[in-house]
Amino acid sequence: MEPDRSQILLPVRASTIVASFVLALFLNFLPWRDLRLVPDFVALVLIFWCVRQPRLIGLGIAWTLGLFADAGNGVLLGQHALAYSLLAFLSIWLSRRILWFGIWLQALHVAAMLLAAHGVTLLVRLAAGDSFPGWPILVGPLAGAALWPVVTWLLLMPQRRSVREQAI
Amino acid sequence: MDHTPPPFFKRGPAPLVRLFFFASLSLALLVIDARFRYAEGMRSWFALGAYPLQRAATAPIELAERISGYLSTQARLIEDNAELRAKALDYSRDAQRYQAAKAEAEELRRAIGAAELLDVRAVPAEVIYAGRDPYAQKLFIDRGATHGVRPGSPVADESGVVGQVTRVHALLSEVTLLTNPDQAIPVQVVRNGLRAVAFGGGASGMVELRFLSANAEIQNGDRLVTSGIDGTYPAGLPVASVVRIERDAEHTFARVLCKPAAGVDRGRYVLILSNELLRAPLPGEMQSGKDRRGEKSRRSKMKEAPSDKDADGTR
Repeated sequence: MEPDRSQILLPVRASTIVASFVLALFLNFLPWRDLRLVPDFVALVLIFWCVRQPRLIGLGIAWTLGLFADAGNGVLLGQHALAYSLLAFLSIWLSRRILWFGIWLQALHVAAMLLAAHGVTLLVRLAAGDSFPGWPILVGPLAGAALWPVVTWLLLMPQRRSVREQAI
Repeated sequence: MDHTPPPFFKRGPAPLVRLFFFASLSLALLVIDARFRYAEGMRSWFALGAYPLQRAATAPIELAERISGYLSTQARLIEDNAELRAKALDYSRDAQRYQAAKAEAEELRRAIGAAELLDVRAVPAEVIYAGRDPYAQKLFIDRGATHGVRPGSPVADESGVVGQVTRVHALLSEVTLLTNPDQAIPVQVVRNGLRAVAFGGGASGMVELRFLSANAEIQNGDRLVTSGIDGTYPAGLPVASVVRIERDAEHTFARVLCKPAAGVDRGRYVLILSNELLRAPLPGEMQSGKDRRGEKSRRSKMKEAPSDKDADGTR
């Protein structure tokens, strides 16, 4: 049985959402040795909130986050913005469907979405005249999808009520 | 009577419409940024917003380094000290020799009437991080517009050229590495003075000499230095050494692969060399009197100007 279907969650606080996005940007900015192998944490958190709160988090926020990622990474302005808007659209569109599945089947959906967003980034970079960075580029999105259960568990933590409260 | 739905059902435009709007906005931004470079102001604002997070993200690594430095043993310190003292002695001897050689070269230059070689100013900077973007070879350093960094300045480390500053934000700047395929640098073979242009080799971490004829006089192990004829890089900085040459009868040009001399993808400290005094004035600037080289060159130009006129008159 799904834990979130068996219990009623508290309403989400705006501070939780903001803090999660700031933390995700921080994780993305860590000096990783090879960025191709590292999942895009902002994309993961974005999918999570778009799936769970499609009325709160939308394409505007995704686009702005994308611009921060672009400026911080020193890439073409609009590249992450485009990928994140697509990601937000896909997750809002699929939000009803995704929550119907178990956690690992959800992760499969997430993998497909992350790969689609990565494909858009790749197309933009190839169009801008950069060279193909090699197949390890696929590792990042798949690692991100593998982290989906962890992300779900962590981000739902502030919304869960204690066992004692539930008993009342 | 109006039949608008109650506010509960109001959700704004459909998601597909929104996607279309934001996608076209992103594409427009991409084109503006890639083709016309109009988006730099907007980029600096977002970069300034992201800066605290970027600095915070490098803090754990700095802390770890500081702790490991604190715990380094005394024996190691003594050893390091001895080694450094020996090196300093070596360097001071070289410096003295350099001073003498410089004075001599200046005298010779004056004798042949060449422009006086100007000193290059160098600003040290720390690498915040390298290799963020898997598609392009870049480096972020902790000196920006507020420290007087200008776009286009060459960047070097203790063993050679690292790259060139391509974008300057308020507090940090981006350096495009030698190995970036878009980066070109004019070089010269030390052994015989052969001039060539080196291009980045991309993810391979190599540098490639293009447009060098198949029978060019070049060997494995040849050292390449900047030739200085572009006015961006000062002459004589080590760039790379040749590791492989492929001569193919099918092609007009030889394929020459070189290994960069500097720690392009390692090392923590670099020097930003200021290049504004290096560039020779373009012919147009010479006539309009627009001057970027300061007092010295103005004097030398005034000296040159009448002789130019004389030459024109005789022709």
